Amino acid sequence: MIDLYVEWRKSVALTGTVVKWLAVAMVVPVVVGLVYGEDVWVFVASMAVFVAVGLALEQLEPDVELGPREALLLVTLAWVGVSVIGAVPYLLAGLGSASTLSTPVNALFESASGFTTTGATVMGVISVERHSHALLIWRQLTQWLGGMGIIVLMIAILPEVAVNGAQLMESEAPGPELQKLTPRIAETARVLWLVYLVFTLLFVLVMTLLHVAGLAPGMDLFNAVAHALSTLPTGGFSPQTDSVGAFGPVVQWAFVPFMIVAGTNFALFWYLLNRDVESFLGNREWQTYVGTSVVVAAVLAGLLYLGVAPTMRLGGQTAGALENALRQAAFQIGSLLNSTGFATSDFARWDTAGQMVLLFAMFVGGSAGSTGGGIKVVRWLVVLKVIRRELFTTTHPEAVQPVRLGSNVVDEGAVRGVVVFTMMYLVLFGVAAVLIALDASRVNMGLSALEAMSASLATLGNIGPGFGQLGPFGSYLGFPDTSKLLMVLLMWIGRLEIIPVMVLFTGAFWRS
Amino acid sequence: MRIVVVGAGQVGSSIAESLAAEHDVVVIDVDAERVDELTYAVDVLTIRGDGTDVEVLEEAGVREADMLIASTDEDETNIVICGTAKTLTDCFTIARVKSTRYLTTWRHARGEALGVDFMVGTNLLTATEAVRLSGLPAARDVDTFAGGTVQMAEFEIPEGSHVAGQTVQQADRFDSLTFAAIIRPDEVVIPTGQTVIRPGDDVVVIGSRASVRELAGEVAPHGNDGAKTILVVGGSDIGFQTARLLEQQGVSPKLVERDPERARELAEALPGTTVLESDATDRDFLEREHIGDVDVVVSALGDDERNLLASLLTKRLGAGRAVAVVDDGEYVALFEEVGVDVAVNPREVTAEEITRFTRERRAENVAMIGDGRAEVVEFEVDGESVLVDRPIQESVGELPDGVVLGAITRNGELVVPRGDTVIRAGDHVVVFVDAAVIDEAQSLL
Repeated sequence: MIDLYVEWRKSVALTGTVVKWLAVAMVVPVVVGLVYGEDVWVFVASMAVFVAVGLALEQLEPDVELGPREALLLVTLAWVGVSVIGAVPYLLAGLGSASTLSTPVNALFESASGFTTTGATVMGVISVERHSHALLIWRQLTQWLGGMGIIVLMIAILPEVAVNGAQLMESEAPGPELQKLTPRIAETARVLWLVYLVFTLLFVLVMTLLHVAGLAPGMDLFNAVAHALSTLPTGGFSPQTDSVGAFGPVVQWAFVPFMIVAGTNFALFWYLLNRDVESFLGNREWQTYVGTSVVVAAVLAGLLYLGVAPTMRLGGQTAGALENALRQAAFQIGSLLNSTGFATSDFARWDTAGQMVLLFAMFVGGSAGSTGGGIKVVRWLVVLKVIRRELFTTTHPEAVQPVRLGSNVVDEGAVRGVVVFTMMYLVLFGVAAVLIALDASRVNMGLSALEAMSASLATLGNIGPGFGQLGPFGSYLGFPDTSKLLMVLLMWIGRLEIIPVMVLFTGAFWRS
Repeated sequence: MRIVVVGAGQVGSSIAESLAAEHDVVVIDVDAERVDELTYAVDVLTIRGDGTDVEVLEEAGVREADMLIASTDEDETNIVICGTAKTLTDCFTIARVKSTRYLTTWRHARGEALGVDFMVGTNLLTATEAVRLSGLPAARDVDTFAGGTVQMAEFEIPEGSHVAGQTVQQADRFDSLTFAAIIRPDEVVIPTGQTVIRPGDDVVVIGSRASVRELAGEVAPHGNDGAKTILVVGGSDIGFQTARLLEQQGVSPKLVERDPERARELAEALPGTTVLESDATDRDFLEREHIGDVDVVVSALGDDERNLLASLLTKRLGAGRAVAVVDDGEYVALFEEVGVDVAVNPREVTAEEITRFTRERRAENVAMIGDGRAEVVEFEVDGESVLVDRPIQESVGELPDGVVLGAITRNGELVVPRGDTVIRAGDHVVVFVDAAVIDEAQSLL
């Protein structure tokens, strides 16, 4: 037996706590099921499973004082834990039916895709007729819980987790640096969740008002809640077969600002709440995020107007139709740039030019401290500045140039971290694309290069839809199980921003 | 006036010497030799002892003194001396301080901190002098009022400046800035919108910090003939302050510092400066960076010999003007002889400043302008004032010529005086007053 330096029992025990508390979330599908008069035994049983497994794991170690390594391990394990246990309702619901979710790998894929806010699906037919309202709301809820972060939520409500909060949040929160808003980390976590909750409720309110006003006939309360639970975490699941394409132009427009909000650093809203408008508007990352979104959307709108998309049932005619070209561009960019993954048009059928613009947008990602995935705007800013500095110091080797974001100087250690992260991201993307392609050819799946690349990028970046068969109205169902498991790994790595996961695969982590 | 000077080094002796003729001066120093030397050289009373010692201060008669000047070589000692003196008496205290950080703290507290009534920041003073000697329009005098909300600055308008030849109306593009006066060799002009600003004028402005800084940029000569490239050699505090002042005037200087950590620190603090990490006496480096094309080189390495070397080397490569900071007063003439264009001696600059201040001082919260030809005063408006509860355009008629309302602060917020602004009791007003009408103005305000 090798002597391990990491007291993994503590991390596993606390993972048990997380799993146990997840049972509380199960109340939502139970209530929804009761409202629609559906059979809710699946969820009651799941609830029992969650509590039982959670309690069992907790028995492993009563003392849960975590060191830095145990904290890191907890964050990564917790995400495995919730993804695995979150598959239970899908499996139970699929028992004895022909549902595609009834196999363990598919159920795990759907669960991981939900919690990591990827939004890639292996569901065959997405509709409330085929699956219950309750199961679909559970699918939406996993995204909402994963969006702001399960650990952040635990820090906000569980005092025993809050002790190591800063370290835990650092590992889980998207972006290179943790921003503490208040002296106490639990308070910061509460603030972030509160802002998140307020925007979620606001979304429901806006959609319901549109529905009441008769502008959004399909957007009943169920759909409003379901989409709120998916929009703010930049998820991408929809209980509708046609995603947001199922709704009219007004609703589609109403989605855009909320998707922009979801990709914004939530800490900025806290500043805004404290009437610090300067910190909000003057934030370099926010300016770049919005600026990039607008420019890319404008380019895409131009392309769509010129006719890169055929006239389709979903998406309609964009060539020569200004409002529709603008709307399709704004929606698709708002959705893909920050890794949400909703669609109102089957962009898998667009011409190469349009698809390439979307591919570019997928590489950008949301802001640090948002619920978005991908590389993140702030990292690109730092990378671009490092490149510029490198070019400058080629001619002026003695020049000392700190990297600045606005008026703040970025520490060199952080700069190195950003560059390494970006490299790892690109390397992982490339390697995974090759592996997916190889695996697909093994089973004669007939996957194109663009499809393989988009599968890798869409799962690693927690985006969801890709191109070709993986398009917004397609499915990941056709992949062999090995590829699906690889993608689950990618989603997990992508959600935790690579390093917390990769470090577990180093020997130095486990030995003293 | 009875003045106690603590520290008989170069600065202390020089101050004592220049004040001895008009005032009763007592000098305290720990060094017996220095004390002896001074006793014979200057007509002052000397005491051997530690200035932070209450008994020594008592012996020097600090209770009867009107003013105490702490001018030892150590910042902290000088501040403690002032604080100690304040426990005995309420005389006016002056501290000589190198560190700009202490100066900032003191200014931030509106000059009411640390028991110091007037702080002379020698590094900043030296840097200001170096910038002025570079041929740039450094603000000659910058004073803050109303807890730092209001700034008064005096600019010398150089030849080729953007502002030269403009009327005040054209030059005043800033919301929160008042052109209070133009000081010319023979007159103090209270400008109207039509007054033309001439090169060589000293312009006194009062307003927000930001607008004063912006004006500094405007005052700097623009265009091809005026654009200057400046190299600061050495990242000492003086070098840093020099670069900072240059940045404030819209010049992007280059700064050379050898120590990697200090270079990084400077690069972080000076966003508008190109910081180069190298030895300034490395010829290859200087050639690669085209130092020969630089207009002015300010050497502030903190070592006289190396400053000389850097000055001569850069001059030899073709640099325009060499300004060197020289700590040792004896070297000043020598350096200027062998090729340094101007040598700035921090001690001399400090002694001059303290002496000037001592001569000109009349009241607290006052800035003296143009060798005492005018002053800028801050005061709180009370019920008796002619200004209270009426628009400025009405009350201004009752004030004598030579009085200009520069700025008003209400609850710490800057209010820009306009004709229809109504001043209330409790407002703080910063006023420019011609020396000729000071008494009359004081009785009305």
